[in-house]
Amino acid sequence: MIMMERHPHIIDARDLRKVFGDFAAVDGISFHLLSGECLGILGPNGAGKTSTIRMIYGSSPMTSGSLQVFGLDIRREWRTIKSRIGVCHQENNLDPDLSVLKNLEVFAGYFSIPRGEATQRAEKLLRFIALDHRRNDTVTSLSGGMMRRLVLARALINEPRLLILDEPTTGLDPQSRHQVWEKLDQLRTDGLSILLTTHYMEEAAYLCDRLIIIDHGKILVQGKPKDLIREYAGRDVIEVLNPDSELLDFVKSSQFMHDSLDRRLIVYGQESDHIFEKMADHYCVENCIRRMATLEDVFLRLTGRDLRE
Amino acid sequence: MNRSIQWNISLRFMRVWHRNFIVYKKIWKINFLPPILEPLFYILAFGIGLGALVGHINYQGREISYVAFIAPALLSINMMYNAFFENTYASFVRMYYQKTFDAIMATPLSVSEVIVGEIVWGATKSLIATAIMLAVVSLFGLVQYPYGLLVLPLSFLAGMAFGAVGMLFTGITPSIDMFNLPIFLFITPMFLFSGTFFPLNDLPVWAQKIALAFPLTHLVTLTRGLCLGVVGVNLLFGLLYLILFSLIFIPIALRAMHRRLVR
Ligand SMILES: Nc1ncnc2c1ncn2[C@@H]1O[C@H](COP(=O)(O)OP(=O)(O)O)[C@@H](O)[C@H]1O
Ligand SMILES: [Mg+2]
Repeated sequence: MIMMERHPHIIDARDLRKVFGDFAAVDGISFHLLSGECLGILGPNGAGKTSTIRMIYGSSPMTSGSLQVFGLDIRREWRTIKSRIGVCHQENNLDPDLSVLKNLEVFAGYFSIPRGEATQRAEKLLRFIALDHRRNDTVTSLSGGMMRRLVLARALINEPRLLILDEPTTGLDPQSRHQVWEKLDQLRTDGLSILLTTHYMEEAAYLCDRLIIIDHGKILVQGKPKDLIREYAGRDVIEVLNPDSELLDFVKSSQFMHDSLDRRLIVYGQESDHIFEKMADHYCVENCIRRMATLEDVFLRLTGRDLRE
Repeated sequence: MNRSIQWNISLRFMRVWHRNFIVYKKIWKINFLPPILEPLFYILAFGIGLGALVGHINYQGREISYVAFIAPALLSINMMYNAFFENTYASFVRMYYQKTFDAIMATPLSVSEVIVGEIVWGATKSLIATAIMLAVVSLFGLVQYPYGLLVLPLSFLAGMAFGAVGMLFTGITPSIDMFNLPIFLFITPMFLFSGTFFPLNDLPVWAQKIALAFPLTHLVTLTRGLCLGVVGVNLLFGLLYLILFSLIFIPIALRAMHRRLVR
């Protein structure tokens, strides 16, 4: 407990770098994660999300910087740190040679959890993810959503103090995705500290207390989802298809935040800008969409609209 | 992470061993079949078929039947195959296709512990298969006891040696098909020219010298000595060779796997 009080930061990363050859996948990022917080790392493909969290769960040596988890130095006390973390990898790495239940029991073994205890925990977790009726099936017979939930259960087998998830719902259908979110929300409410990466804005907005948006291995911005939206996309958004030059001139002269794309104009307004009122009457007839600003606006504005392979 | 995370090895490697044991137990009947059937096939083909042609063989001044000559070689080859194939194809599948190692690397185990667990498991498979095969071969009166019992610990040591080499190839192979190369260049020549199916003396002297570099040559000599009950200090040399071979190749295999997995 004393240690907890002296180190309220679950993760404390300073100037973290990861270099592959002469390419910096993570290029000097600093952040922290507070106890009980859900922190999201948001970024396009190849931004360096996976590389960052791999260093935190001890699977990848950092090139330079300092990294403390639970107040412990990852370089020296990796074993203690790893024993208190639960990890959901980006790709499915459930053990296809083992049944659903055995996947959890064997994994408990890696944490030196005694067998009886392991079975108890496994049964409890299978109920938590609503897979207890499939306990003896092979994992290859599960659906994608079920596998994800099982990966989540496996990450909880050591009763971690920090849960790390790498794109937990990528590739899932909407139903399965919401099911995973619900479970994560429940864990967060129970006070578990969570670090997740995603490129789903909805996921980030729904789950995360705080966000870090990264690209090219660097932090672009960080903050609460609401604050980021207000700061970088305002409150109201109008999208205009094939805007005429009169409108373009008006927007430029009024100094609204905006993006002028090939065939689309996007105007972002703060509450005080009253863009709906000012623009709608004069310029918007039928080619306008009015909506609230979202995290996706922030993301696209910061990371650009170019395709990432 | 730094050197300590890479090279730290505790008894936790047994967790990886245990995982493989659980999977092995699940299909034990199928796993038990090859070491039962293989010696039967060989004894049938070589003992009755080829043996009639060859007659008896002079081995270290003794006349022995051809079957008695090759039975220890079958045991040795079985040790080599079990460990080598476990730590090449099977380990590669776990590492590359199933991502099992990635999952374990996020638990308190170190990479070295995962790899040592795999090698020790390969050696264990060699031991289990040898125990079964030894029982089968003994039914034909081809093993002298009590020395024959020492074949069991020997099979574990041999498993460590060949498993380490297999793991080294797993660490450097770009794809699973490339295992054909070490099998063709390393396993097959040993299978044929290690004093397995004909005495080493029948080879030209230069070839005998090359054969002495093969770990299988020493393993066959050891197993044959134990099975025939002709045990002398000369066997210590082969034993030492296999121990040294393991001690050299295990760290090399670990290093190769670190290069591959720790990025
Ligand atoms: N082992 C590696 N060797 C070389 N380059 C790598 C390696 N792992 C990742 N990278 C590169 O680092 C960059 C960041 O990758 P990653 O962290 O996986 O991104 P993200 O998870 O955000 O999609 C990518 O350009 C990727 O190609
Ligand atoms: Mg990734």
